[in-house]
This record gives sequence, C-alpha cells and structure tokens, in this order.
Amino acid sequence: MSAERFRIGFLPLVDAALPILAHELGFAAREGVEIEFIRDMTWATVRDRLLYGHTDAAHLIAPLAIATALGRDRPAVPLAVPFVLGLNGNAVTFSTALAAEVGLGDGLGDPAALGAALREAAAARKAAGRPLRFGVVHRYSSHNYMLRYWLAGVGIQPDSDVEITVTSPPFAADALAAGEVDGICVGEPWNAIAVDRGVGHIALATAQIWRRGVEKVLAVRSDVIEARRDAVEALLRALHAAAAHFVEPASAAESAAILARPAYLDAPQDAIERAITDRIRVVPGGAPVAYPDFMFQYREAANFPWRSQAAWLYSQMVRWDKIGFSPADAATAAEVFRPDIYRAALAGSGAPLPGASSKLEGGLDAPIGAGSTQGRLLLGADRFFDRRAFDPEDIAGYLASLP
Amino acid sequence: MARDMRIAIIDTSTTRAAIISDGLREAGLDDLILIDPKGPIVAQVEAARPEVVLINLENPSRDLLEDFFAMSRALARPIAMFVDQSDAEATGAAIDAGVSAYVVDGLSKQRIKPVVDLAVRRFQAFSRLQRELDEAKNALAERGTIDRAKAILMKRRGIDEPAAYALLRGQAMRTNRRIAEIAEAIVTSDALLGDME
Repeated sequence: MSAERFRIGFLPLVDAALPILAHELGFAAREGVEIEFIRDMTWATVRDRLLYGHTDAAHLIAPLAIATALGRDRPAVPLAVPFVLGLNGNAVTFSTALAAEVGLGDGLGDPAALGAALREAAAARKAAGRPLRFGVVHRYSSHNYMLRYWLAGVGIQPDSDVEITVTSPPFAADALAAGEVDGICVGEPWNAIAVDRGVGHIALATAQIWRRGVEKVLAVRSDVIEARRDAVEALLRALHAAAAHFVEPASAAESAAILARPAYLDAPQDAIERAITDRIRVVPGGAPVAYPDFMFQYREAANFPWRSQAAWLYSQMVRWDKIGFSPADAATAAEVFRPDIYRAALAGSGAPLPGASSKLEGGLDAPIGAGSTQGRLLLGADRFFDRRAFDPEDIAGYLASLP
Repeated sequence: MARDMRIAIIDTSTTRAAIISDGLREAGLDDLILIDPKGPIVAQVEAARPEVVLINLENPSRDLLEDFFAMSRALARPIAMFVDQSDAEATGAAIDAGVSAYVVDGLSKQRIKPVVDLAVRRFQAFSRLQRELDEAKNALAERGTIDRAKAILMKRRGIDEPAAYALLRGQAMRTNRRIAEIAEAIVTSDALLGDME
C-alpha cells in the first residue's frame, strides 16, 4: 500500500512541533502517512498555499482559519480544523526600555499590576505624540486577540491609546531590536531570541491572560477533508501520538534538536528547549523561570477542537473588526472546528473523547472531571485573567459585558 | 475617461520587478509605481494610492500589508484580495507563478484580468530565466571540476589530456554515471588522499 502524502505548510515556530515530530520520529509512517513540509515566513503565504493547493494542510493561526471561512477581506473558502496543535505558548515581550519604565522585575509580570503601570506609560507616550506600539503576528491571530483582551481589561483602549501593528514571527525580534515597536506578542522561540539578544524582556505568558487559550490549529480545506477523510484521520492519529511523545519530559532535548534544524526552525536549540520545558528566560542573562503549562500540547484533550474556542475567537473578531454580531456568522465560525472528525479518528484509541462539542470557556478554578464518550477526561483551571467566563450560547451578551 | 489604472509593484527581487514593469508598459499600462523593498512598504503604498498591488507570494511584508488593506476598509478606497470565486482559476495560476494581487474594491474584472495574466507570464518567464542561469552556472562549475580531475589524472598517471578524458568517460559509461560525478569523486579523493604516496 502506498503511503498517503500530505504537504504541510508551516512557519518556523515551536508549536509546529507535532507534524514535524510525527514525520521525524515515525508516528506518521506508522499510520501510513508521508509528510512533506513547505516552510514560509508569513501567514498570508501559508494561507494562500493552502487555498490554492500548494499544500494539503497547514499549521495555522486559528483566527485566520475562521476569517478565511467567513470571507473577511477576500472571498470565503470553507476550511476545517479537525485538530488543535496546541494551547498557548506565546508571550508578550517588552523592549528593555519599556520594561524598565513599567518596573518589570526578573520574573513574569502580574497581569493586573503590570497593566496598571502600562496604562500610565501608554498615557504619557500618547500625550507626547508617540503612542506605544505593539507588534502582533497577524491581524487574525490569537496573539492580537489575547493582547487586546488584556489591554482593554486593564483600561487601555487598543485602537486609541496605543498602536497595534503586524510583525510576522521571524521578524518580530528584529522589529523590537530596531525600535520599530515597544513590545511584541509572538510565539516561541522568537521571544526567547529577543531576550537572548538583549533587546527584550518577557512581560507575560499568554497563558496568564487565558490559562487555556486556543493557539495553532491544523487547517485543511473542507473539500480536501471530504475527499480524503480516511487519510486525514490517519494524519490526526499520527499527530496525536506525536503530541503524547512531545510532552514526555525525557523527549524534550531530542525534540528541540530536531526543531532547531535549518529545514525547520533554524533557531538555537536551547531557546526551543526552554519553551518545550516551560522554562522562560525573562531577562537577558537571567536564569529561566519555571511557568507550568506555558505550552500545552496534549493533556486534557488539548488537541480537541472545541467549537466554543472557535466561538470565542469569532467574538473577538466582532469586537475588534466592529462587524456586528451575526448568528449566521457565529455558526459558520463554530463549524470550522470539527470535533466529529477528531472523535472518528481517535475512536478505539483510548484517548479521552469529550462528549460535548462546546463548553463554557474560562469557568474553571480547579481541575474537574468532564463527560466523555471514551477514556477519562479531566479539564484543568482555564480562567481568563479578569475571571470573566465565555458562554458560547450568549455571544451577544458576552460582548455587551466587555469593557 | 478615468485616469490610468495605477499599479504598484512590490518585489524582493528588483530584477523581477523590472521585468514585470517592462511587460506592463509594453501592454500600455504605464502608470506604475515600483515600491522600494528596503523602505517602509505601507507608507509607500499609502502614498502611491494604487488601484492594483502586485506582490511576490513569499514577500516578508505580506502580513503587514494585509493589515493595512484591512484597515483601508475605513477609507474611501478599500483594497481586497483579488480573487472572486468565478476567477479562482486565474488566481490559482497567479499563486502558482508566485505572485499575489490585491485590488481596490469595485474595479472591474475586465480591467484586472489582463494585468494579473501579464504578471503571471512575466513571473514564469523570470523563473525560467533563473533556472537557465542556475543551469549555466552549474555547467560552468562542472566544467571546472572536470578540468581539475583531468589535471589530477594527467599528473598521477603520466598521461595526456585526451587519455585522461577517455578514462573519465569510460568510467562514467561503465558505472552509468555522469562524467561530472566521476570528476567530482576524483577531485574529492585527491583532496583527501592526494599527498599519500
């Protein structure tokens, strides 16, 4: 039997790990899947290659998959997300000058206290006619939404009190070094690289803004999913096996060495390994600080595409694009996430399969058992920093309650 | 009649940008703005006020540019990604050739399509030229390697040049490999073992 081939597009980021390890460590071969990679530098290129068939699947920022399905700025193309490649793993990094101004110490900041200091700094800079500028990786990225959620939550209006621009991941540390921006919100290893170059100071992990925030996804065109359903399910099993391996502490050094290669991240192995092992070097030359679940790739059915996660991202799209809530768009957005395919792929594997497809997001203070059709499912604390919870059944009410 | 359609060209390869603008000019489209890839892209595009933006697919500024276009919705002339579903084929061809196009809202398809088609042909011509150039460079490098291998054989075996070439050619035929590969092996082994006598 010949192997099913998937060309997968990716950007050089630590959370591209699962497809890369599935290929390098034989998890894909075991499922009869062969993976070929196409490495790019911008999300726009990754998206275009996916839409026009240069690739069969992509490592993609989740909101961009939803924006594409909704036809934001371009004709809509139906996309499917059958697998989440990970939760969180991003950070907000300030220039060393801004870090000093807001009094960041040598640990991660506290979202509320740091927010209060930043509000004063932002007001002063705005009054001086040089508003603070932050770079996010794409307009339709969780980075943009997490940063804006935090800023708005501490009383800084993202569209008027500061400026938010776009810096693609491989160029984010450069933009900070060149003084083009005062802060970046980007995935690893680009924060670590900014710190190691002495130009940045990590202020917050995005996991401090939302403890279980959805991050990169595997995106596939809906017509490809229909045409190659069995092969896609085999690919998901390979990714799931790679995820189980990735979170084993003993595998971290090897995973980092593979990801560091020129064909993949082309970045220092040490910076990558710190991200994988939840150790953050916050200040240049400092000792890494342990921050558990900085990246979250496997436990608690982390790879399950909860429709409520897609709904939250849609709510933020409505909020910041000011497009007005539409029940039809909300449904289209939620249906991009395909828990049905995830369940079918992992049926009989022993992996916990949630019984529900949607849940209250940000409602848990402590781990709790959840209903599952297979395996034992435990969900951990998943609070937003302001303790507001998101009910996917009442997006309009949620939006009305936000600052 | 409205003013000519203004086209901005953004390309990390200045050679390719020149090839594209030549082609557009030949087709009578001469309201062209070449964006300096080293300068601030968004500021230049904003100042140029183009109806069409042609950019290479892998340009590192695309995410930033798309953010600017998204914000242009609030302006009088919103810019969108080119394709509409009926023209997915043309856009597919453009992406295959390595070019992305953005156009202002409301520009008629009859006016856009020739521009994109032309850009596609020019991108493809550029790729072909580059491939030919690479091949020529390789051929040149191979010829150098063969000359060095011949010199090594002549010196070590005390033979003349035609005999050295015949040796290379004979070995290539017997082992079903290219002469350049045999020559490469001789040059490499000579570098490693040359002073062992």
